[in-house]
Amino acid sequence: MSGRFIEVEDLGKQYEAAAPGTPPALQSVSLAIEAGEFVAVMGPSGSGKSTFMNLVGLLDTPTGGTYRLNGQNVAGLTTDELAHVRNRVFGFVFQGFNLLKRITASENVALPMVYAGTPGAERRRRAGDLLAKVGLAPYADAMPNRLSGGQQQRVAIARSLANHPQLILADEPTGNLDTQTSAEIMALFTTLNRETGVTILLVTHEHDIAQYANRLIRFKDGLVVHDGAVVHEGAA
Amino acid sequence: MNLLAVLREAARSLNANKMRTFLTMLGMVIGVAAVVLMLAVGTGAQNQVNRAVSSMGSNLLVILSGSTSAGTLRFGSGNAPTLTTGDAEAIASLPNVQAVAPTFPGGAQVAYGINNWGTQVLGVTPEYTSVRDWPVESGDAISETDIRSSTRVALLGATVVEKLFDTEDPVGKTIRIRGQPFQVLGVLRKKGQSLDGRDQDDSILVPITTAQNKLFGNRFPGTVRFVFVQAVSQEATAAAENDITLLLRQRHRIQPDAEDDFTVRNLTQVAEAASATARILSLMLGAIGSISLVVGGIGIMNIMLVSVTERTREIGIRMAIGARQRDVLMQFLLEALMICIVGGVIGIAFGVAGALAIGNAMKIEVAFSAWVMLVAFAVSAATGIFFGFWPARRAAGLRPVEALRHE
Repeated sequence: MSGRFIEVEDLGKQYEAAAPGTPPALQSVSLAIEAGEFVAVMGPSGSGKSTFMNLVGLLDTPTGGTYRLNGQNVAGLTTDELAHVRNRVFGFVFQGFNLLKRITASENVALPMVYAGTPGAERRRRAGDLLAKVGLAPYADAMPNRLSGGQQQRVAIARSLANHPQLILADEPTGNLDTQTSAEIMALFTTLNRETGVTILLVTHEHDIAQYANRLIRFKDGLVVHDGAVVHEGAA
Repeated sequence: MNLLAVLREAARSLNANKMRTFLTMLGMVIGVAAVVLMLAVGTGAQNQVNRAVSSMGSNLLVILSGSTSAGTLRFGSGNAPTLTTGDAEAIASLPNVQAVAPTFPGGAQVAYGINNWGTQVLGVTPEYTSVRDWPVESGDAISETDIRSSTRVALLGATVVEKLFDTEDPVGKTIRIRGQPFQVLGVLRKKGQSLDGRDQDDSILVPITTAQNKLFGNRFPGTVRFVFVQAVSQEATAAAENDITLLLRQRHRIQPDAEDDFTVRNLTQVAEAASATARILSLMLGAIGSISLVVGGIGIMNIMLVSVTERTREIGIRMAIGARQRDVLMQFLLEALMICIVGGVIGIAFGVAGALAIGNAMKIEVAFSAWVMLVAFAVSAATGIFFGFWPARRAAGLRPVEALRHE
């Protein structure tokens, strides 16, 4: 396998619905992310950080540039192959949790495995393990709306880990949570990154949250304006 | 993801959203039940009319003897003793006529054992049962010998049998009509109501000569009250009517400018009118059924469109975590299919139960047709499946990020 884990070159996105004359949501971004990194993406609203995240997560298609994943240009993938990558290589954690409301926590965690074709017994076993890992073992049969925001986000994190992903994409995962819970969620991400070596791409607009990462990329007006190691407060 | 897994996912989703599933199914149930019920009642009514029409006998004319007058008082048709057995025999030899059945009716009290019953007694010839399409179900028919000898024998209608005999076989038993003993020759097949709602099975047939000479007496020997004439075909009824009028005017020596002393009535016209009414009725009910189907279809369409469009975000979530387009489509297709099949079956059950209840409460006949159920089911299911599938396909065709943004 040649090349790096994630490598984007001149990546751009112009929304069709945008008013004429509006600058593209993402102008031109070139960067690489190595396996095992914990990257925080920051920037003000409209800076293109979420657009970047959606493109990397294969939830959206770029209007310019190239994106190589493990050395392969994703532009050539069919929609089924894209679904396969999202299922096996990525795990998503969203600001609004995005759990299915009417099925249990455990069933939510098992859902990516349903699409991976994992047998039922194995799904239930692994969903139980993952919920235990995020500290929610007693809530396996709870409906998501019976859980607190922090608990729901833990369920979402457990779901993102279901198929042993290489990359977790977290879009403002603490945006709806209080400071204490945010710290707990970020500690969970840090542990996952250290112990399993899973790459984490975290979008946030909170400086405190970005501090948990090892590398910080700042976006502004659809361009990368800063890319470097996180200077940990107190460590300097 | 294999089909079984998708099926389980669809079932799980339906089970997890009981209210949504129930409401969607309700649209299907109401649409199908309305059509099935409406057409069951309509077809039942049409059947009832059709049976009454065919129970008259086919290609029939009836000739009534003329009216009598006493001074300026004019009595109705059938009162004057102008029609004779001889007239009937002459009519029988006309080319357009298949058979004739002169009839001499009267009312009588009949008794068997401790039971008795007032009914209509018809003096008839052997041809009567074939002309009226009213075969003997058990026992023997009236024969020419019975006519010649004026024997005291009788054929009983189903209602009379019911009133006089409990469980006994009436054939061979002796009943009393106006006190005279009559041997029961046979029992007539059940005929049902006539067009005007009379119970035709509440009658007894006896040889016409017996009725004329022994039962009712006859001041004018050889006369009959009316004659049923069966034409050779439906087209021949008009010609037969004409021939009979000419023949009878001639036989009765009526002057060219004088009125007929008899009336010929073409019963096929009555039958046609009744059939036409029934046809219009069933057409109207068919139209109402079609409207129900359309209205039900719109209901199914609305609820499917809304509930599936509402789930665009869910589709986005499923796609983000790795569902392929076809996994999502198959799931929604199967969900719609399950709702439609279960809803359709319940709808048919409700329609049948409702029609039976109405039939029972209003004492009308209802008739079910597998074809109607199939069409109602197929049209509703096709609507449900299309409008369950189409918005899902639209959502699954979006990029996941767009589907996720949907609120």
